[in-house]
Amino acid sequence: MELLAALLIGLLLGVGTYLLLERNMIRIVLGTMLITYGTNLMLLTSGRLKTGRAPLLGGSDIQTAAEGGGGIVVDGISYVDPVPQALILTAIVIGLATTAFSFVLAYRTVQEYGTDDLLELRGVEHE
Amino acid sequence: MSNLVAYPVLLCFGTGILQLLLHKRVVLQRALALLSSMAGIVLSVLLTYTIWTSGIQVQTAGGWPVPFGITLTADLFSGLMMILAAVVLFTSVLYIFKDMDAASERTFFYPVLFFMMAGVNLSFATGDIFNLYVAFEVMLISSYFLMALGSKGPQLREGLKYLLLNTVASSIFLVAVALLYGVTSSLNMADIAAKAAMDPGNPYITLAGMLFMVVFAAKGALFPFYWWLPRSYYYVPNGIAPLFASMLTKVGVYGLIRVFTLIFVHDSGLTHSLLLVIGGLTMLLGVIGAISQYDFKAILSYHIISQIGYMIMGLGLYTVLGLAGAVYYIAHHIIVKSGLFLLSGATSRITGNTDFKHYSGLLASHPGLAFTFFATAISLAGVPPFSGFFAKFALLKAAVEKGAWGIAAVSLVVSFFTLFSMIKIFRKAYWGRPSGQRIQRDRKDYIAALSPAVILLALSVAMGLGGGYMMEFALATADQLMNPAIYIEAVMGR
Repeated sequence: MELLAALLIGLLLGVGTYLLLERNMIRIVLGTMLITYGTNLMLLTSGRLKTGRAPLLGGSDIQTAAEGGGGIVVDGISYVDPVPQALILTAIVIGLATTAFSFVLAYRTVQEYGTDDLLELRGVEHE
Repeated sequence: MSNLVAYPVLLCFGTGILQLLLHKRVVLQRALALLSSMAGIVLSVLLTYTIWTSGIQVQTAGGWPVPFGITLTADLFSGLMMILAAVVLFTSVLYIFKDMDAASERTFFYPVLFFMMAGVNLSFATGDIFNLYVAFEVMLISSYFLMALGSKGPQLREGLKYLLLNTVASSIFLVAVALLYGVTSSLNMADIAAKAAMDPGNPYITLAGMLFMVVFAAKGALFPFYWWLPRSYYYVPNGIAPLFASMLTKVGVYGLIRVFTLIFVHDSGLTHSLLLVIGGLTMLLGVIGAISQYDFKAILSYHIISQIGYMIMGLGLYTVLGLAGAVYYIAHHIIVKSGLFLLSGATSRITGNTDFKHYSGLLASHPGLAFTFFATAISLAGVPPFSGFFAKFALLKAAVEKGAWGIAAVSLVVSFFTLFSMIKIFRKAYWGRPSGQRIQRDRKDYIAALSPAVILLALSVAMGLGGGYMMEFALATADQLMNPAIYIEAVMGR
């Protein structure tokens, strides 16, 4: 399962990097999106995939919880590590805001210069 | 337990929220900005004094036990950086009142400025690696906004490139965090450091270290990732250029120093030698870029790069004196570089331009401006009795003591070229036949635009004349940085 996830992460990062090297602005922004997805998946995989039950613990369970095997163990039953999921949630929100802003910025740049080809947007020194 | 660590962050964040509510009342926003930036100086000095007298300050958010919750941790280095951030914010705000155009002031300028400073302060205060990522993003998304404010063509174009670079760098940051979490199952920096110390040869930790080097090099404009800086900082509005120039890249440098003195210290033969090479190349290529320019702001932008090289040189030497030199240099650089950017702004208020082609001879009509610039510029180049001399002296001494002759030679050559390009600005802009002073302004306006830079120059002189005290502080800071056990003990032993 982890191998499959690793291959998928590799694919996402690879396609994202390929798009980054394009000259078309929208493809570059889409490339950063794919790279962001790849890293989110990597965060998920860092906590190991499906090592036990959903991590819903009661008040007294927390006292006896212990770390083990990439998750949490309570009374011999293992639960999934919830931390990476919390991290991804934060990363997704940040990724959303950044992507939205970059689309707006790209759109305004195209409006201003009339082109979305980054080779033409190199700019001369200090106009 | 001390809530003092969180106050500088909360102050900036709270100010931003209040200003957001008052977004139609520019005068009230200005008053809030001034009050809050002054309170920021008081709070950060108080925090640093507390750290000086009673050790590293730790706060655990929500009272969660240490490795689980988010901890805020401030050692002397964090405290110093917060003081510098507050001082630069205060002087910038004074200048912004004079220089910002009214339309920008009405479009959420002040709230976003303070959100950015909240991000900056949080990255200095946090003791949690993922929280550091969040702080970076808070700072960056505000900086994208400020960079594009005014929506002129080049601002949008360079802002987009800056945004794309930082998005990719942030993704690499997350990959590095994921790797570290996968290996140590912890996000608390002190906990990670303790676990890394138990398993010093772990290749995944070295790999994560290398990824962090790439991330912070991209955000701090180090070789080979510095190319984005001269262009994008050139188009930042004059009022906020000092904050961008002095604080934002230094947050990257702070991150680099933090992780490479706390977590990734077990393979220093590889990592810190690499940092030394990167530092040397950064300072050399930055200064070569600077001497090729014929524009006030462009020369200053290239100099940011070359001076970051000096800071990384101190980290790369990895001795107490080297790190003390780096800390001293960061303090000196932040003060002097903001001063120079303020002066470039004040000059372009008179000439309407920063390109030397269009003006010269300001010395005749504006001697105060010219001599303030001259003093600040030779402080940057490292002439005694200004602060730059002592910072460079400490770094050079550390390099000679370590026998790193190559970097010592490079830093001396770069110092010479720094002086050369500062004299070039002075010669082109202030000497010669007076011409190109297009905009007539009254005396009061001129003094108001100049005074923030004079405050910073006075601080640079004070840091030079009080070099002994400053060096004592820098050595104590470096001592804490060189002994990660103190930091780990302060966080974990609670």
